[in-house]
Amino acid sequence: MTRRRIIAGACAIALVLAVGAVYVVWRGASAGTAAAGPPLDLTAAGSVVYVSGDGLTRQTGSDATGPACQRTYAAAGTLSCLYGLGPAFSAELVVYDVRLAERLRLPIWGTPSRTRVSPSGNLVAWTVFREGDSYLAHGRFSTTAGIYNLRTGEHHGSLEDYTSFVDGVRVTAEDVNYWGITFAADDVTFYATMSTGGRTWLMRGDMAARTLTAMRENVECPSLSPDGTHIAYKRRTGERWRLHVLDLASGTDVALAETGHVDDQPAWLPGGEIGYAKPHEGRPAVFSVPADGSGEPRMLFAGSSPAAIGTA
Amino acid sequence: MYLSATRSAQAGRAKAPPGAAAKVSGTVVALGVVSLLTDMSAEMVTAVLPMYLMYGLGLGYLQLGMLDGLYTGATALLRLGGGYAADRLGRPKLVAGAGYGLSALTKLGFPLAGASMAGIGVMVGIDRLGKGVRTAPRDALIAASTPPSALGRAFGVHRTLDTAGALLGPLLAFALLSTVAGGYDVVFVGSFCLAVAGVLALVFFVRAPAVPNRDRRASLRRALRAVTAPAIRRIWLLTGILGLATVGDMFLYLAVQQRLGLPPAALPLLPLASALTFMLAATPAGRLADRAGRWRVFVGGHVLLAGGYLLLAGGVRGWGFAVLVLLLHGLFYACADGVLMAHAGSLLAPEIRSTGMAVVQTTQALARSAGAVGFGVLAQTATLGAAFGVAAAVLSAAVAVGVLVQRRGGAA
Repeated sequence: MTRRRIIAGACAIALVLAVGAVYVVWRGASAGTAAAGPPLDLTAAGSVVYVSGDGLTRQTGSDATGPACQRTYAAAGTLSCLYGLGPAFSAELVVYDVRLAERLRLPIWGTPSRTRVSPSGNLVAWTVFREGDSYLAHGRFSTTAGIYNLRTGEHHGSLEDYTSFVDGVRVTAEDVNYWGITFAADDVTFYATMSTGGRTWLMRGDMAARTLTAMRENVECPSLSPDGTHIAYKRRTGERWRLHVLDLASGTDVALAETGHVDDQPAWLPGGEIGYAKPHEGRPAVFSVPADGSGEPRMLFAGSSPAAIGTA
Repeated sequence: MYLSATRSAQAGRAKAPPGAAAKVSGTVVALGVVSLLTDMSAEMVTAVLPMYLMYGLGLGYLQLGMLDGLYTGATALLRLGGGYAADRLGRPKLVAGAGYGLSALTKLGFPLAGASMAGIGVMVGIDRLGKGVRTAPRDALIAASTPPSALGRAFGVHRTLDTAGALLGPLLAFALLSTVAGGYDVVFVGSFCLAVAGVLALVFFVRAPAVPNRDRRASLRRALRAVTAPAIRRIWLLTGILGLATVGDMFLYLAVQQRLGLPPAALPLLPLASALTFMLAATPAGRLADRAGRWRVFVGGHVLLAGGYLLLAGGVRGWGFAVLVLLLHGLFYACADGVLMAHAGSLLAPEIRSTGMAVVQTTQALARSAGAVGFGVLAQTATLGAAFGVAAAVLSAAVAVGVLVQRRGGAA
């Protein structure tokens, strides 16, 4: 190997690595300048808090920015933020109060999937994916969903500790997974998804009795309307999911005008609309569609994890 | 060919600094650096791909599950093609370079594919194609630039550098992501630059062995005859039997966590402990293999693994035993991975070395996948502890076969 060859090779490698380093520094600098903004206003009724493409939480109607999250939700002056890459490569749930001061920091092992805050602002819920939890090595994932009560400090680490019933029969299967919690206004009732043996159910949960009861099969990721009368969810047909809304009183289920595949926990937006994220031109974007099955979907903005600030 | 191999090894020896890497040729160290850079690049992408698909693109977990496992087994078969092409052309460096180059290109392909699941699937496929093609010719290059007596050490040094890259990749990726929030493009560009640096290191610093005359190169018939010769056939048959008797890594980590009573949050850290042990032990294990016999060390590694299975079958609990099992698991890899290639490399004629190595690697990979599936079935019918008891017995039987057959065949 000649000396010239060694020098040429070293220079070429140094050049390539330098190009990479410059790109990293340039992107780091531009991300830093975009970050500056006034803090989120968790009382701005009618606005929507969401996770924007740069990973920060943002708010419609202002250029406010909040903490970096993968999933966020807000209600009654409480902001929950679920993000990956904590110190131990796990996830963390961080909850902020109306002044955006930290109220809770909970380490959670897994990859962030969903988070919700109860209408009262007292309860926060999360769902994470766990890889390697299942016997089947790659490509199979399990989920863990839990609830934390900010008022009492009660920690329900996993819904797997609850007792579940399908058609009055207690569920004893080992392969049970829960995800996608949504809260009612009473701080006791909640809804979630349960799966076992390849089937999924919409479950009604009771935090006081620590039980879950199956209501309906083949639907996932429920979202209770602010008035507590309807549940939006995604319904599985084969390998696709479509958004539907269930009227709890009559039990009627309406398909929404979004005909595409949606994999998100929907959120209720002002004006009788359902918000959800789906890929749009290579990035996630938040869309909305009327909750009564009429109209058609329209894109609101680039981002994900929408949460409407209520009028409470 | 032999002559040129020895000469390049001596040239490397003259230049190598005193210390651990002494006696290992410059080409082997260069190949180690190529693997370090490439593995860093590959593991960066592997580590962030699920998050990129979910949060960067907004694709769901359903698609992610479909994507993963789509190409399992494909790599193993592509290896055979890569190995044979290297021998047929007489240019292992060229074929390895093509494999490294292909994988490097896919790193830029990911952001270009956007949210198209098909596009991302194609990129993953091409990346695996590159990996499959390059592995056997690269190992043949290591063998070609090392005197037969030092093969174990050479492969050990290479595997140490290779594993270091695999450990550093995720760390770098997560460091980049935490500096630039949502900066998946930064990870892909960084990964691409490292991969290109790896290709450049191969082009500039790896010495290719002289291209043999056309009439001395492998033909399909000659290659077939060579890999079915008794001494070679014995290697891949026994490697296959031992591979069948091993349990998938994921099961082992799961059993360590559940059986030894660790918190679930410890699970992602367990593979790191195995990899760290593998990295540190690969070179000493290779040196030991050069002195004590490569097949002996290879089979010995499986004995250590059987010991680990026994611990998992027994009722022991606690961090101390977890560390011990992972130590045994890492030592198993140190004794089994590079050492096997050193063993095969010393017995294979240079003209069919890539093909022969590909055959051994492919048998091992396929046998291990089959072993993992078999154990999965077993673990669903019995308890995890009982299943590991059976696995320890089966592996011990396979070790006995490995010792007896090889002894009757005449090699140590």
